[in-house]
Amino acid sequence: MAQLTLVQAINQALDHEMARDDRVIILGEDVGANGGVFRVTEGLAARHGAHRCQNTPLDESGIIGAAVGLAIAGMRPIPEIQFEGFLGPAYDQIANHAGRMRPRTRGAITVPLVVRVPVGGAIHAPEMHSDSPEAIYAHSKGLKVVMPSTPYDAKGLLLSAIRDPDPVVFFEPKRLYRAFREEVPEDDYEVPIGEGKVVSEGDDLTIVTWGAPVFQCLEAMDEAPEDVSVELIDLRTMWPIDVDIIAQSVEKTGRCIVVHEAPKTAGLGAEVSSLVQERCFLHLEAPVQRVTGFDTTMPYYKLELDYLPEAERIGAAIMETLAY
Amino acid sequence: MPRNTVYEATIDYLQILDEEGNFDRKLGKDLLSDEQVVHLYEQMVIGRHYDETAFKLQRSGRMGTYPQNKGQEANAVGSALAMVKGTDWIVPCYRENAALFMHGLPMHSILLHWMGDERGNQIPEGVNQTPIAIPIGTHMLHATGIAWALKLRGEQACVITYFGDGATSEGDFHGAMNFAATLQVPCIFFCQNNQWAISVPREEQMASETVAQKAIAYGMPTIQVDGNDIFAVYKATKDARERAVGGGGPSFIEGVTYRLGDHTTADDARRYRDPAELAAWEGKDPLIRTRLYLESRRAWDDKKQIALDEQAKKIVSEVVHAAEEIDEPTPSDMFDSMFAGLPEELRVQRETLRTSSLGQNPGQVGLRAQAERA
Repeated sequence: MAQLTLVQAINQALDHEMARDDRVIILGEDVGANGGVFRVTEGLAARHGAHRCQNTPLDESGIIGAAVGLAIAGMRPIPEIQFEGFLGPAYDQIANHAGRMRPRTRGAITVPLVVRVPVGGAIHAPEMHSDSPEAIYAHSKGLKVVMPSTPYDAKGLLLSAIRDPDPVVFFEPKRLYRAFREEVPEDDYEVPIGEGKVVSEGDDLTIVTWGAPVFQCLEAMDEAPEDVSVELIDLRTMWPIDVDIIAQSVEKTGRCIVVHEAPKTAGLGAEVSSLVQERCFLHLEAPVQRVTGFDTTMPYYKLELDYLPEAERIGAAIMETLAY
Repeated sequence: MPRNTVYEATIDYLQILDEEGNFDRKLGKDLLSDEQVVHLYEQMVIGRHYDETAFKLQRSGRMGTYPQNKGQEANAVGSALAMVKGTDWIVPCYRENAALFMHGLPMHSILLHWMGDERGNQIPEGVNQTPIAIPIGTHMLHATGIAWALKLRGEQACVITYFGDGATSEGDFHGAMNFAATLQVPCIFFCQNNQWAISVPREEQMASETVAQKAIAYGMPTIQVDGNDIFAVYKATKDARERAVGGGGPSFIEGVTYRLGDHTTADDARRYRDPAELAAWEGKDPLIRTRLYLESRRAWDDKKQIALDEQAKKIVSEVVHAAEEIDEPTPSDMFDSMFAGLPEELRVQRETLRTSSLGQNPGQVGLRAQAERA
């Protein structure tokens, strides 16, 4: 088995599915010969033809709107948006068209597409290149929203997403693109959408997170006193949320922290916190805590690590929640 | 240092049948048979009757807001005849109902849509259409994408998308045109320039002399036609389709017409529109000149008109009946078409028709209930 980075694992999944299914077509800015700004589509135009890994004009709404049309006509488009900060112009096409087409036609027209978008901060990028808008898409109906944090999950989730008969927004944490390697099978396998994963078992406290902060949580857990036993859940899918995996854990631990890069207010931490009190009210030993980005705009990169939920802040929340 | 003209462009205007019923024999030679013109005239008359009936349904509280198509029928039927039913795609706005009917959409669908029922958008298998599009211009990108798929699969087929003069101000108009021309996909962009975007006249919408010239910037063949002239509309669309399926890429057509009605039944155009302007355009009504043409060909008379009016009345009455007699939707319908498979959260919401969770899970026994039990 090859040791792959997140970028390589996604590239392998795209390559695999393009070879398997000739309806699959990639479209986006610079995705052709250049392989995309993060090189995720590197080599795909050469292997599968430029027409299947198509450079498009510089127009995010155009990319998604054209992808909606491709999907209506029976293709399996995978549009790439270069950074989550540029999703704004495409929001209408994603939420009001991709997400609504099946319900508004009572299933007569469907839009199977996967919007691939790099997400999150900590790579010293220019402004509007470091946001975390996953809650916006989880709140917009008719969409599934996923965010893998490992190369293995990225490949399996992407294959599930491409084969899903409905639109999926696939967020790729750019902080993790080349952060580490992991064994990724060359075979075909799927990681189901809607299923979280227990990254590390524990008894005293549950941390629910997704994307890059999985690793800040692990760092905080490493730095915590040895007798502190934390269960870490990587949610992997933002909608539909795997509430069972959260509830089973919190019923055991009685304490819960949610960690995400997005701002606190109306972030998905609020949703998880609400689900926990609905499902685990009498099991709770402490209020659910949120360790998140602040309710500010994402700062320029000099301050981005002060904004993001780094290990120190997570560690403090662990100790405070345990001491409650 | 030279200073040369590097690009020059002109816009052609095409009219074959004018408002007096005068027909240009040279331009119109062998274009449409009398049978075809009769067919289009019938479709326009039925469409007009449908439109007036829909208006009355709204006024009598039997239907919600409705945008009348009145006056724009020639654009719809002339272009629809040039497209191949069952092969080509139509990606409409909401003022070309007659084109949709000609390509197989059941007529009660549009009424159902405006009656607040998604089943009006449930396009039957084999009918290559998307539902009428309410947000302006956004659907044009879908047309480009569908045309792209046709090109990728090497199908001998084409897409036509309709939109108004106001839509040409939208960003997605630009995106759709630019993508289509850059990718050279078989798509026809048909602008129904009806002079008004709700209350905003064309000259407040754009500073360009014509709508058609906008296509030049995208490198797309373009023409302006008399949109109340079925011959001109048919000819321009037929040429554009031939170009598209022959690999010549997209084309643009500006069909100059007029919205004889209000924007919708929720609008009152008397607030902003000069009655003299309306009166002038009423004389250019496509139904009037098409009938004059057919009469000059001795292919139409009062007797035929009476029979057609009767037939239109009967058809539309059956369609209204079909729309009104459909079973009431059930609340679970909201959930059933959200996804191919229902996620657990939606399954619970569907089953209980509640979003509050207490009482749904027998495992949830609160402190009060525990005390009462003990």
